[in-house]
Amino acid sequence: MSDGNGIAVEGVEKRFGTFEALKGVSLTVPNGSLTALLGPSGSGKSTLLRVIAGLEQPDAGRVLIAGQEVTGVTPQKRGVGFVFQHYAAFKHMTVERNVGFGLRIRKRPKAEVAAKVEELLGLVHLKGFAHRYPSELSGGQRQRMALARALAVEPEVLLLDEPFGALDATVRKELRTWLRRLHEDVNVTTIFVTHDQEEAMDVAEQIVVMNDGRIEQVGSPRDLYEQPANEFVMGFVGEVNQLGDGLVRPHDIEILLEPDGTTQEGQIERVAHLGFEVRVELVLDDGRRLAVQTTRQDAEERELESGQIVYLRPDRERRFADTA
Amino acid sequence: MRGDESRLQRYGLRFVALGYLAALLVVPVTIIFFRTFEEGLGPPLEAITSADGQHAFWLTLICVGIAVPLNTIFGVLAALVLVRQRFRGKAVLNTIVDLPFAISPVVIGLALLLVYGRNGWVGQDLLDAGIQVIFSTPGMVLATVFVSLPFVVRETMPVLQEIGNEQEQAASTLGASAWQTFWRVTLPAIRWGVAYGVVLATARALGEYGAVSVVAGRISGQTETLPLFVENEFTNFNLAGAYAAAIVLALLALVVLFGMNLLKRREART
Repeated sequence: MSDGNGIAVEGVEKRFGTFEALKGVSLTVPNGSLTALLGPSGSGKSTLLRVIAGLEQPDAGRVLIAGQEVTGVTPQKRGVGFVFQHYAAFKHMTVERNVGFGLRIRKRPKAEVAAKVEELLGLVHLKGFAHRYPSELSGGQRQRMALARALAVEPEVLLLDEPFGALDATVRKELRTWLRRLHEDVNVTTIFVTHDQEEAMDVAEQIVVMNDGRIEQVGSPRDLYEQPANEFVMGFVGEVNQLGDGLVRPHDIEILLEPDGTTQEGQIERVAHLGFEVRVELVLDDGRRLAVQTTRQDAEERELESGQIVYLRPDRERRFADTA
Repeated sequence: MRGDESRLQRYGLRFVALGYLAALLVVPVTIIFFRTFEEGLGPPLEAITSADGQHAFWLTLICVGIAVPLNTIFGVLAALVLVRQRFRGKAVLNTIVDLPFAISPVVIGLALLLVYGRNGWVGQDLLDAGIQVIFSTPGMVLATVFVSLPFVVRETMPVLQEIGNEQEQAASTLGASAWQTFWRVTLPAIRWGVAYGVVLATARALGEYGAVSVVAGRISGQTETLPLFVENEFTNFNLAGAYAAAIVLALLALVVLFGMNLLKRREART
């Protein structure tokens, strides 16, 4: 980092037995940003997060936090807050004791610990739960408690490993919004790991797409969607169709009722109404299937229905030279 | 009809389970109680307050008091090593821990004789240094340690496995040292496994006969623990004394079990 803040990872490699989890990863995360590590399982995203936290030692490369090299430093001395997918709540302690754990370890005065814990419980909306045990909380509440516990020691960076992965869909969406707001309030450099592209797009300012132990692309949600660096990124951050020898998003295909020389013929298999949008599933003459997204109005005006023969024109198709 | 059948089944199962316990455990123990006090409180009281009886009582407590804490510390350490670390020979260590279960206590006693006895491996050297192991308290403590070794390890390992290491990792990211993490996170999480192991080890140590009798030499009033005292009284036709000492032994074990249940109940309330 030029300003000596945030997180920097340089040429990190990590192997587990014969499995190469990280194959030379370099990354900078700006101070105060909210970054997502996005990738399929086994892509190395969690390993990278754990290397930053010091929970795994890299075989090669360096890690810097706030301009200081921390590669050999234990997690104890790294000043990171870490939130685990399965909460890692201290089951034998009340919510209050959980949240105050880091402060008590640091031998802060009792009154200070109590005040800080109360403030944090307010921040994560667990005010009335101070004397409950983790087993008496819901999954979402436990994860908010874990977050408060990590924030209590005022970490340099906050690392979250699939924080919403064990929660049901509704709670997940709620916590997403809430995490984004929390980040605006607390403004600590935050990295979270997810395999859900929608979650990454919704929450993060910067997304790091990982695959097979390498970083494929780093960019804002919009950049990744609009200018994917390769076929993998394009396929991972949104739905794609192959049309001819190019790739195209479902909403970038125009359905015409007459051929015009540049179009491809296809037969509608199914028209699915998804509220405002309509999803049209087609089979091309070469047997390939694809999906087109359009508005309800558009579909109704053209009276699209299954069995119908239509002509497709890709709007913004992409070709990636380096991919198969 | 179905209800009757299932009720029959339920009572049948209960009858078998309780009947088994009653016939094989409860009846013999109860009879000992009755026989002890058959001729009033006098004879049993006299037996256990005799000098030899008193000595046996305290010697038993000494053996248990050394062996159980030692095996508790070793047991927790060994469980941590066996669950949390990977190394060559781990399977071998895991098997060795069970050795005291597999070997007959008499053989354990003989093995100790071979090492620490007068003609043993290090016995003479120790005697020259003024330390008598065999036919004295150190040998009996060693035998007790040996036979009660596996309990804490075996009861702690599954609990450690179940809690995983995420809580420990969380503690370390929150600034706790390995020592602090152990005392504040790991130990509270495994305490019931450890406690159960301690109870079992104590019960075993209290009652150990075979291994201790081989290394003790059975000198009344010197190297006689309660189980040895019971046997000695019995073979000398002092049945009241034997029964009385047996009951003291049983009561000690009951106190330990009761103590754990009390702790557990308090835990459940919080």
